[in-house]
Amino acid sequence: MLAFTLRRAIQAIGVMIAVGIIAFAMFRFAGDPVSQLVAIDASSAERAQIRQSLGLDDPFIVQFGRYLFDAAQFKFGVSYQFRQPVSDLLKERMPATLELAVCATILALFFGIIMGVFSALRRDSLMAKLFQMVSLIGISLPTFLIGILLIYLFSVTLGWLPSFGRGDVVKLGWWSTGLLTLSGWKALIMPSITLGLFQMTLIMRLVRAEMLEVLRTDYIRFARARGLTTRAIHFGHALRNTLVPVITVVGLQFGSVIAFSIITEQVFQWPGMGLLFVQAVQNVDIPIMAAYLIMVSLIFVTINLVVDILYTVVDPRLRATISRPA
Amino acid sequence: MTAPVLSVRNLQVEFETRRGTLRAIDGVSYDIAKGEVLGVVGESGAGKSVTGLAVIGLIDRPGRISGGEILLSGLRIDNLPPEEMRKVRGKRIGMIFQDPLTSLNPLYRVGDQIIETIKTHTNLTDQQARKRAIDLLAEVGISAPEKRIDGYPHEFSGGMRQRVVIALALCAEPELIIADEPTTALDVSVQAQIISLIKRLGRDHGTAVMLVTHDMGVIAETCDRVAVMYAGRVAEIGPVQEVIKNPLHPYAKGLMGAIPTLAGEDKRLVQIPGSMPRLSAIPPGCSFNPRCSAVFDRCRIDRPEPLRQGTQAVACHLYDRATETAA
Repeated sequence: MLAFTLRRAIQAIGVMIAVGIIAFAMFRFAGDPVSQLVAIDASSAERAQIRQSLGLDDPFIVQFGRYLFDAAQFKFGVSYQFRQPVSDLLKERMPATLELAVCATILALFFGIIMGVFSALRRDSLMAKLFQMVSLIGISLPTFLIGILLIYLFSVTLGWLPSFGRGDVVKLGWWSTGLLTLSGWKALIMPSITLGLFQMTLIMRLVRAEMLEVLRTDYIRFARARGLTTRAIHFGHALRNTLVPVITVVGLQFGSVIAFSIITEQVFQWPGMGLLFVQAVQNVDIPIMAAYLIMVSLIFVTINLVVDILYTVVDPRLRATISRPA
Repeated sequence: MTAPVLSVRNLQVEFETRRGTLRAIDGVSYDIAKGEVLGVVGESGAGKSVTGLAVIGLIDRPGRISGGEILLSGLRIDNLPPEEMRKVRGKRIGMIFQDPLTSLNPLYRVGDQIIETIKTHTNLTDQQARKRAIDLLAEVGISAPEKRIDGYPHEFSGGMRQRVVIALALCAEPELIIADEPTTALDVSVQAQIISLIKRLGRDHGTAVMLVTHDMGVIAETCDRVAVMYAGRVAEIGPVQEVIKNPLHPYAKGLMGAIPTLAGEDKRLVQIPGSMPRLSAIPPGCSFNPRCSAVFDRCRIDRPEPLRQGTQAVACHLYDRATETAA
């Protein structure tokens, strides 16, 4: 088990180094950063001086090594547009994105699993058919449209919820949280729904399909023949067997939720990493773009690692194959 | 005479399909007495398994029991409400399925599955249930049960898993065990062990056993009586020795003729020409008539009902006195 975790961790480090190369390549190939930094009429001597002070005249491999070394310590250089260390900017923005992503995922999991199980067990009921229809909407409607519709309904027409921002936040060390104030919660509702709706429908459809599959298996029939209660069969035996693929999807999707919160953050002007990234793209702020790339990759890789380990918790058969590598 | 453990009376099972109603079981009757092993043989699709599932109340939509009655120790169970029937399943009727590899939930320890079943049907505490689970595993011949109880299904071999499945079926000391092809998925050497285990357990506990199989060897070795099924009906039923040595129904004769022997007689095995009709195209009269070598006019019109012939009962016009006198 430990060897397995270690092996996976080493693979993860390999992936991160590869991502580092791509991030670093952005500096090299997305134009000359010096021209972004200096005034148009700067002399070539001034340019050379800046170039030297930033270490841009060092050999490629030295620059890359330095970049990786710094990135490993979460130092991503200074933003061109804000003239602030990128790590400070990320630190400021990350809590907003993570709170939004976690909230959206919890929402998606909670309702997705309940609706999925329900529509598998009561396949022919009116409610199940309604869920299927709603899920079709969730899958096919683009995120920004749902966000705009929600804003129109709850902010413009009804005036119940704020249409943008995080509301009041409370500082816990460097982490700013909106979860401790009423206005923070209110501001979180619509973005979470917008971001989580697609995931929810995905989870619902997955759980439904898996559950129907599992309910047809021999061990469920045998569980019925043993006279177990319907409750024990559905929620003890069937649900747990549907969870393996659900964990995979939710894990991978959590990465996407963070990465693609860009759109939701844009719609609700949510002060998270996504909004920062969009601004960075508009201003060719490469340090931020590179750092964003690395942070999102890190989150993806970490989640994958956690998912792999979670499998073994749910499925004992994997424990056996892992401890005896073939 | 006490009531038989299981009494099936004129059972009918139908499946609603898009192309109409198919009758999978059509007027099947038999009894199983305490401690008796009844074998049910027949080709695939003859309705062997469906009969077993009907008795334990696991016929799923679109199938349903459309006629007849099932009595367990004199009590009618085919019309019980679902919750009452659930309490009968596992407690009074145990069932063993064909494939032990897929019968156990792979995510739970075998002990937990046994304890769960015991606790569903009795008031035992966790510790008592665990103790009973260990005893059960020991009884079905699993060595070091106090250790193996914490193993997962994938850590057991096929034969061992079938033993666990049998232990699960025995949890609440049922009056009746339905074994649906319990040995088909196993190696021949393991088959013999499992069969003798089922036989021994049935004898020790006085449990009635309904053994569904298409293996005549297993039937000959294990059963007291045998029912030969064809196209959803019982063609012949009687003591196993009689039916094997002296089959009456032309189909049963064909079936027994098709058993290879090791006696060294250098004869070709007898085949029954044709195949069993599909449920949607069962011929009128006797359903076996298109394949029967002794067919005559009446077989194509009249459906034969089971008639007593000594210790056997056979559904064939050849044995009807009315036919004899007419001929």
